[in-house]
Amino acid sequence: MSHLPILPILLPLVAAILLLVTSGMETAAKRAVSLAAFGLLAIVAVVCLVTAADGTVRVYRLGDWPAPYGIVLMLDRLSAIMVALTSGLAVAVCMAATSGTDTQGKQFHAFLQFQIAGLNGAFLTGDLFNLFVFFEILLLASYALLVHGGGLARARAGVSYVVLNLCGSALFLVALGLLYGTLGTLNMADLVVVLPQVAEADKALVKVVVTLLAVVFLLKAALLPIGFWLPHVYTAATLPVASLFVIMTKVGIYALLRVSAIGFAAAPFTADLLQPWLPWLALGTILIGCVGVLAAKRLGMIVANLVLISGGTLLLGVAELSAASISALIFYMVQSTVVTGALFLLVDALARQRGEVGDALEDGPKVAGMLTLGGAYLLLAIAVSGAPPLTGFLGKLMVLQSLRETETGTAAWFVLLLSGLIVVLVLARAASVVFWEPGSPGTEKHATVTLVAAPGLSWALILMLAAVPVLTVAASPVSAYARATADQLLSRDAYVAAVIGDPSAIKRERRP
Amino acid sequence: MELLVSLGLGILAAGGIFLILRPTTFSVVLGLTLLSYAVNALIFFGGRLGASSPPLALAGASGQTDPLPQALVLTAIVIGFGMTAYLMALALKAKGESGTDHVDLGGDQ
Repeated sequence: MSHLPILPILLPLVAAILLLVTSGMETAAKRAVSLAAFGLLAIVAVVCLVTAADGTVRVYRLGDWPAPYGIVLMLDRLSAIMVALTSGLAVAVCMAATSGTDTQGKQFHAFLQFQIAGLNGAFLTGDLFNLFVFFEILLLASYALLVHGGGLARARAGVSYVVLNLCGSALFLVALGLLYGTLGTLNMADLVVVLPQVAEADKALVKVVVTLLAVVFLLKAALLPIGFWLPHVYTAATLPVASLFVIMTKVGIYALLRVSAIGFAAAPFTADLLQPWLPWLALGTILIGCVGVLAAKRLGMIVANLVLISGGTLLLGVAELSAASISALIFYMVQSTVVTGALFLLVDALARQRGEVGDALEDGPKVAGMLTLGGAYLLLAIAVSGAPPLTGFLGKLMVLQSLRETETGTAAWFVLLLSGLIVVLVLARAASVVFWEPGSPGTEKHATVTLVAAPGLSWALILMLAAVPVLTVAASPVSAYARATADQLLSRDAYVAAVIGDPSAIKRERRP
Repeated sequence: MELLVSLGLGILAAGGIFLILRPTTFSVVLGLTLLSYAVNALIFFGGRLGASSPPLALAGASGQTDPLPQALVLTAIVIGFGMTAYLMALALKAKGESGTDHVDLGGDQ
C-alpha cells in the first residue's frame, strides 16, 4: 500500500503544527517554512496527478482497517486534479500573503496550512463522515482567515459566516445520522452496493438524506437561494484570503459531484432527485451573479460575483451528470479557479497603488505599471468572460456543447452567452475607471501614492497569469485528462472493486 | 419510547431554530447549542433504541448495540463544542468592537 494518498493531508498538517509550536519565530522564518511546505506539496500533487493518470483507483486504508468498516482515502483522477489545483493556488496565495497580509494578524501561515490540509482531505476521503470532519477543519481555518486583519466589517461578515456554516454542519450531521440509521454505511463506494437494496419503507427517508446532503453542499457552492453570503464574505476578507476562498465554493461542487456520481446515481429512486430543479437554480445563480456584477461599486465585489457565476456554470454540469458535461465541468473548474483567484490577487495589486481609494470604482491616483497591470487585467478579463482565444472560451464552449441536447439547453445557452456579454461590459467599464480616468480634480491628495514594493504579490501574480496561456496551449491534454476523469467517475463498479473488493463477502445483518 | 424520543428531538430542534432567528448574538449561540444537542442525540439514536445492551461483544450479554454511532457522536460533540467556543469568542470580539450584540452589529451593509 503506497502512502501517497495521505501525503497531501499530512504535509500541511505537520507544517501547521510546526508553525504553531515555533510561533515565536521571526516572520521571515515562518514564511520560509510555509512556502517550503507548499512547494513540497505542489511536487506531491504533481506526483499524484501522474500516478492517478493510469486510471486505477488507489485506496489508502487508515489503520489498515478494511472498508466499509474502516475509513479509506481514495486517490483517483478527480481527487488528483482537485489536490493539484488546491496546491497550486496555495503556493500563489502564500507568496502573495508575504507582501504584508500575513503580518496583519497572528498565525496567518498556520491557519493557511490547516485550511489546505482540510481542503486536500475533503478531496481525498472516501467516507462521508470523514468528509464532514475535513469540512469542519477547512471551515474552522477559514473562519480564522476571514477575520484575519481585524476590523468591524470582517467581524460582521465573520459572525454571519460562522453561524451560517454551523447551521450547515448541523444539517450535514442530521443527514449522516439518518444515512447511517437507514443504510448502515457511510462509505461512498459502499453506497453503490447498499442503495439498490433499500427496503421500500426506507426509500422516503433516503430521499430526505440525499436532499439534505445536496443542500449542505450547495450552501458551500453558493447556489441561488442560499448563496447570498458569498459576495459579503469574499469582499470582507483580505484579498489573498479571498483568492484562496475561490477554491472553497469548489469543495461544495466537488462533494456534490462525487457523491451523486458514485453514490446516488446507483439507484433509480435517488438518481433523478436533483435533475428537475438544480439546472434552473444554477441558471438563476448565474443571473443573480450578473446583477451583482452590474451593481458592484468595488472591483473586489465584481470578482466575488464572478465566482458566483462560475459556480452556477459548474452546477449545470453536475445536474446533467453525463460524461461530456462532467469533463466540461472539470476543465471549466480548473480554468475558472485559476482565473478568478488571479483576479483577486490583481485587485490586491491595484488596490495597494490606489491608496485610500482602494478597489472602489472611483477616480483615484494614476496606476503605475499601466502596461504590466493593465495587460494582466486584459488577459484575465478575456479569460473570465469566456471571450476567444483564451482558456475561458474553450471551457465555456465545452460546457455549452455538453448542454446542447438537454432539457434546459436553450435556456442555458441564452443565460451563459448573456452573462459573458454582461461580464465583458462591466470589466471594460471598470477598467476605464481604474486605468484611464485617474487624477481628476479633487483626487490630488492621493496622487503621491507610489508603487508599494511587493515582490511576493508580484511573483504570485506572475505564477497565476502564466497558468492562463499554459492552460490554453495545453487545452488538448487537459481536456483529455478531464474526459478520462469523467469516464472513471461514471464507472462505479471500479470504485466498489477497489474499495470494498467483493461486496457479497461482507456480512450484513438486517437492521431492526 | 420512539414517540417520546422523537418529540424530545423535535422540541429541542424547534427551540434551537427559534433562538437562532433571534436578533442578538447570545441567543443565536444558545440556539446553535440546542440544535447541536438535538443533532447529536439524533445520531446517537441512529444506532437504535435499547436499554442495557453494551456496544461490545461481551460474554453473557443479551445482545449488543451498534458502537459506530457512539464513535460518530463523540466526534460530532467535540467539533460542535470547538465551533461554538470559537463563535462565542468571535461574538465577544465583535461586541467589543461595535458596542452592540445585535447580529448585524449596528451596520446596514
